[in-house]
Amino acid sequence: MESSVQMPAPPPAPKPPVAGKQPTGAVEGSATWRLSDRIGLAICWALGLLFCAIAVAIVVYLLIQGLSYLKPSMLVTPAASGFSQGESGGFSDALIGTMIVAVMGLALALPAGIAIAVWLVEYGRPAALARITESTIEAIAGIPSIVLALFGTVIFSDVLLGFLSRSSEGVVFGRSFFAASAMLSLVALPLIVASTREGLNSIPRHVREASYAVGKTKAATTRRILIPTSRPQIATGAMLGLGRIIGDTAIILVLLGATQNFAPVEGAPFPLNYLRGAGTTLTNFVYEASPTGNLNQPQKAYAAAFVLLLLVLALNAAVDVVHRRARKVGTWSH
Amino acid sequence: MESLKSPPPPIRRLPLEDPAPAREAAPAPARSGGAPTAPGGFTAARRSIGAPQFSIRRMEVDDVTISYGPKQAVKGVSLPIRQGEVLSLIGPSGCGKTTLLRSLNRLTELTSSAKLEGRILLDEVDIRLIEPTLLRRRVTMVFQQPNPFPMSVFDNIAYVLREQGSRRQRKKTLEPAVHSALERAGLFEEVKDNLDHPALKLSGGQQQRLCIARALAAQPEVLLLDEPCSALDPQSTQVIEDLIVKLRDDVAVVIVTHNLQQAYRIADHVAFMYLGDLVEYNSATTLFGSPREKRTQEYVSGAFG
Repeated sequence: MESSVQMPAPPPAPKPPVAGKQPTGAVEGSATWRLSDRIGLAICWALGLLFCAIAVAIVVYLLIQGLSYLKPSMLVTPAASGFSQGESGGFSDALIGTMIVAVMGLALALPAGIAIAVWLVEYGRPAALARITESTIEAIAGIPSIVLALFGTVIFSDVLLGFLSRSSEGVVFGRSFFAASAMLSLVALPLIVASTREGLNSIPRHVREASYAVGKTKAATTRRILIPTSRPQIATGAMLGLGRIIGDTAIILVLLGATQNFAPVEGAPFPLNYLRGAGTTLTNFVYEASPTGNLNQPQKAYAAAFVLLLLVLALNAAVDVVHRRARKVGTWSH
Repeated sequence: MESLKSPPPPIRRLPLEDPAPAREAAPAPARSGGAPTAPGGFTAARRSIGAPQFSIRRMEVDDVTISYGPKQAVKGVSLPIRQGEVLSLIGPSGCGKTTLLRSLNRLTELTSSAKLEGRILLDEVDIRLIEPTLLRRRVTMVFQQPNPFPMSVFDNIAYVLREQGSRRQRKKTLEPAVHSALERAGLFEEVKDNLDHPALKLSGGQQQRLCIARALAAQPEVLLLDEPCSALDPQSTQVIEDLIVKLRDDVAVVIVTHNLQQAYRIADHVAFMYLGDLVEYNSATTLFGSPREKRTQEYVSGAFG
């Protein structure tokens, strides 16, 4: 407005770019673009919309199927052997099993993940060791969980680790909630490390120095400033990791035992008898109840899948809440 | 409605009027040799503060050289730092003034390649003999960017007061100390009803005063300020400058600033550094009025054009 008044008359000179701002005016309309660029943009739009459609389709389909087959009684009845769907009970053991592996897996992965991230970001010396640690974590993130599961059977069948599962006459079964949770924590770990690092890295250096400059040690700074400040990102990592734990099937199949019920170890004290025993989770139940599995009760598979989906969506919602809350606290000006 | 070619408004020339011209009569510090005949309109932005009432030597920078690998950032600098007056370090970017400031509480040691030669004394004791966390409670620092911790206003101060690694102390026991730190930083009246609000929701100027309060909460002997106003608007800058002048009786104040006007307004002594050398250390009136060194003259007049 201001500049146009006294513009020199002859050529309509292009507007000078506003300082500190990209000249966004030129990119707004795609009408002047080359055809290939316009096709590219159209593909971006189309794929984005397609993806939304797929996601909506899955949720709606499972919603309809789930709501029509899910009966509240299924949530409280364990699976039973029976020939018809009416006699075969529900999946309460699987639901509880999912919760057990979620809690135990996270209890292992969260402290370890935070510790690793703190070491990598705040210490990370010698640099070579830090690089190795980084690539190791990336490697774990890339290993298919069925491979982790296979490795787990080797570890947890060791006689020394017999106390973590069932063993008889010197032979260790190697499959238990302990074994499955331990391997599942490895699935969640890279996510927790990554998001914790992101949180720590987003804290400007001068904030750390401000803490040192009032006589605080690095340990106190980490504990009282850095980790609390990274809490939203840590929570995000935990939720994402939890989602992976809940959703994993391969490790459950291999390391939790091929059963649809809890198989507690006799003679062990209360929680340990269950944790050392075999069991099942929702993913395993869905697999077994699907047409591929041994139970072949697709209706119950849908019902269980619906519950699983609800859990995962709840986790996603929780991530959003954490982020919104974090925004309320504010951040530094750059 | 201006033409595009019109020059930007002169931002450096803040027409600051002296609220109390009577203080002009205050005698210049004894150390200043020459008569304060200020060229280039320096008298226009006359210092609004009186001469220091007293001065006690708290720190002594003795032939200090700081190098990062082969590069020397500070070369053989010697300076006194006194309680009762404000010392300002000025000079172009990269002249080593911030490095020198950060070496005073051993923050330079966080950069592993930094090496310090010479001595820095705090109350006659070499600071390398003082445990860093103790030293940094006696020589605290405020940074360029306001950086309160992402917690409540109260907790920002309480964090400093709590002993290393101790359990949370009761809020009540810390309250008087928190209040007094906020009062010293001139912030208490503004935040007293909102002590539980997140500190990062304060305005920039309030955040910076909170950082000063935080630095004061440790009961330091020396307060280091690294361009504390460069991220602030003129009003907040004015408030903080007044505060700094008020603080000089209780703590020795060292301030790094790019703003020569600011140095002129609040400093009692000014050290001009250039490429790691301390070119001139003098009283503010002399350094800006009739500098001893030619390079000082050039820098001081050039920047004001």
